[in-house]
Amino acid sequence: MASPVMVAMSGGVDSSVAAALLLDAGHEVVGVTMKLWGGPSDTGCCAVSDVDDARRVADHLGIEHHVFNFGEDFERDVVGPYVADHAAGRTPNPCIECNRHLKFDRLLRRADALGFELLATGHHAQVVDTADGPRLGRGADEAKDQSYVLHVLDGDVLRRLLLPLGHMTKADVRAIAADLDLRTAHKPESQDVCFITNQHGRETFLGDRIPLRSATVIDRSGDRVGAVPSIEMVTIGQRKGLGLAGGTAPKYVIDVDAESATVVVGEEADLATRTTPLESWNWIGAVADGPLELQCSAHGRPESGAVVGSEIVWSNSHRRVAAGQSVVAYRDNLVVGGGIAGRQRA
Amino acid sequence: MAASEKHHANPTGSHRAARDARRALDDARDLIAEAYGRPPAEVVFTSGGSEADNLAIRGVLRARGGFPVCSAGEHHAVLEPVEYAGGAVVALTSDGRVDPDVLSEVLGGLDDVSIVSMIAVNNETGAINDLPALAEAVRRVRPEALLHTDAVQAGGWIDVAEAAADFDLISITGHKLGGPVGTGALFIRSGITLDPLLLGGGQERGRRAGTPDVAGACALAAAVGVTGDRRAEEIVRLGALRDELVAGLRSTLRDHVTTTVLGGGAPVAAGIAHVCFPEIEAEALLFLLDQQGLRASAASSCSSGAQDPSHVLAAMGVPREVAQGSLRLSLGYTTTPADIDSALAIIGPAVERLIAHGGG
Repeated sequence: MASPVMVAMSGGVDSSVAAALLLDAGHEVVGVTMKLWGGPSDTGCCAVSDVDDARRVADHLGIEHHVFNFGEDFERDVVGPYVADHAAGRTPNPCIECNRHLKFDRLLRRADALGFELLATGHHAQVVDTADGPRLGRGADEAKDQSYVLHVLDGDVLRRLLLPLGHMTKADVRAIAADLDLRTAHKPESQDVCFITNQHGRETFLGDRIPLRSATVIDRSGDRVGAVPSIEMVTIGQRKGLGLAGGTAPKYVIDVDAESATVVVGEEADLATRTTPLESWNWIGAVADGPLELQCSAHGRPESGAVVGSEIVWSNSHRRVAAGQSVVAYRDNLVVGGGIAGRQRA
Repeated sequence: MAASEKHHANPTGSHRAARDARRALDDARDLIAEAYGRPPAEVVFTSGGSEADNLAIRGVLRARGGFPVCSAGEHHAVLEPVEYAGGAVVALTSDGRVDPDVLSEVLGGLDDVSIVSMIAVNNETGAINDLPALAEAVRRVRPEALLHTDAVQAGGWIDVAEAAADFDLISITGHKLGGPVGTGALFIRSGITLDPLLLGGGQERGRRAGTPDVAGACALAAAVGVTGDRRAEEIVRLGALRDELVAGLRSTLRDHVTTTVLGGGAPVAAGIAHVCFPEIEAEALLFLLDQQGLRASAASSCSSGAQDPSHVLAAMGVPREVAQGSLRLSLGYTTTPADIDSALAIIGPAVERLIAHGGG
């Protein structure tokens, strides 16, 4: 009998199949769903319907299922910083923070305490053994690869992590789920931030928690050209909702200064840059000199560049990156580092 | 089971089987009424404690208007209807009770109070309220208000008939007395009219529509009867076992265990051992205990199955970090001294393991 595995089950098809595959491989499997959010969500109050799906899949597979309430951790480590980032004119990625603080820290510590050496999730990414220890690799399904949002995982976590779907395509996963008659086989994927509803949206969510501030929109020469009702909603590259007069070439947000409540717009060419400042950077393992594949969003196209001091130097001109976004570095499809972009002034 | 097989007929029918069912239902009503010292006509069968509580609070408010008042230590089945109606919530003392003087003060500052609801025995901590003193406070300050008590947890541990003699409405349930889940009743004092939650065929004298659950009523009556017969000796027997359990936890875990209502001098239900392990998370402890076959609870569970922080401990002023490690161990008629030994053998090492792992 292989060692017991705690499987994080979200109630989606991926983690359902992950649990099924581990069970099939002879592991003793216990399913766990984290209750993270107590407010409204698109899947119902407390996301109860997702918990129900996870529980019923576990019942179907004949494994134990437990629910852990990490709502306070989630509020402190994910929702609070998300709101604070928006207030500061930044563009955060709460899924990365949830992985960093909840799934692969809080839940892993819980797993330790309960005697589970191994944790598994249904992410599309791979744990790859290298001479320098385990590294995170891209998932085999290029379109579904989730290594970007998992990039913070280092060797200590990866050694204990099983990602049974990493070598599979999403179509494979759905086919297995259908074969096993799992109720989640055809469940649609979650797309957006789990604690923000389609009905009320991000602006309402933020407005309930912080005062939203109107801001002046200026061009590069400092002339006032428009206004926005809430600077917390503005991000780099945005074209719409800036209160601009028509009849000119399209304008894009190129800088957000929350302190002075000013948004700077420019032409499309002004969005291009050769460098991106970094406010933090971590190498996973050794420092990787020279050109890297650098990715700035969950499913964005990686571009060539290098980390030089505290900035990224792009091999070719690159679109400006919003402050707060994560930049992830790959070499040979393995994550070698990652960090957070800082503000690039106009 | 026998009652279920025997009385499947609708007791409101006119054929022989229906008359038999009707007699069984009325026998059950008589037994329950007698045990609680009320006339049979005051018993309204419900689907359990939550329905009884809702019928009391919402039924009175809809019939009379005005505002409800309850304590912060109520079960959610009282707390939520009261908060929904914009009512007032009375704070708890640090030992989990309502102070009659505090209740008087709150009532004195309110107009148009139509119902005051005070839990008899708290379901998490086991703290027993002084119902006669609370009733006296209400009668003095707000004589027009009706008095309700949620006595769902109380039947095994106090004589509700005596303690709640001055109360107009009393909620009970079967599954806290060894009976089946899905059974319960609300006592409604004669002369009080309340708006029913369910309209329909006029059953239960128009106070609760729906074909009566005869088998459930029989089972509830049996549970009420047995509980009443054994109460005095069970309080002594289980109180001693409970004290042994808590003493055992104290001797093995020493500074790592604390109590909330036990040992403070005020009365606590004999079958509830409420303890806190301030360094650990109850959710992790429940997992480890469950792995070893020990079924315990922490506070209350939300509908997702996750553990929610206890509103009762918060109302008692128990610090968050202490409350998060709360454990409610319940003892009942099946509990033996060997069970206490097994519980001690399981809980101590589990708590120590979690402390060694940063709390879980």
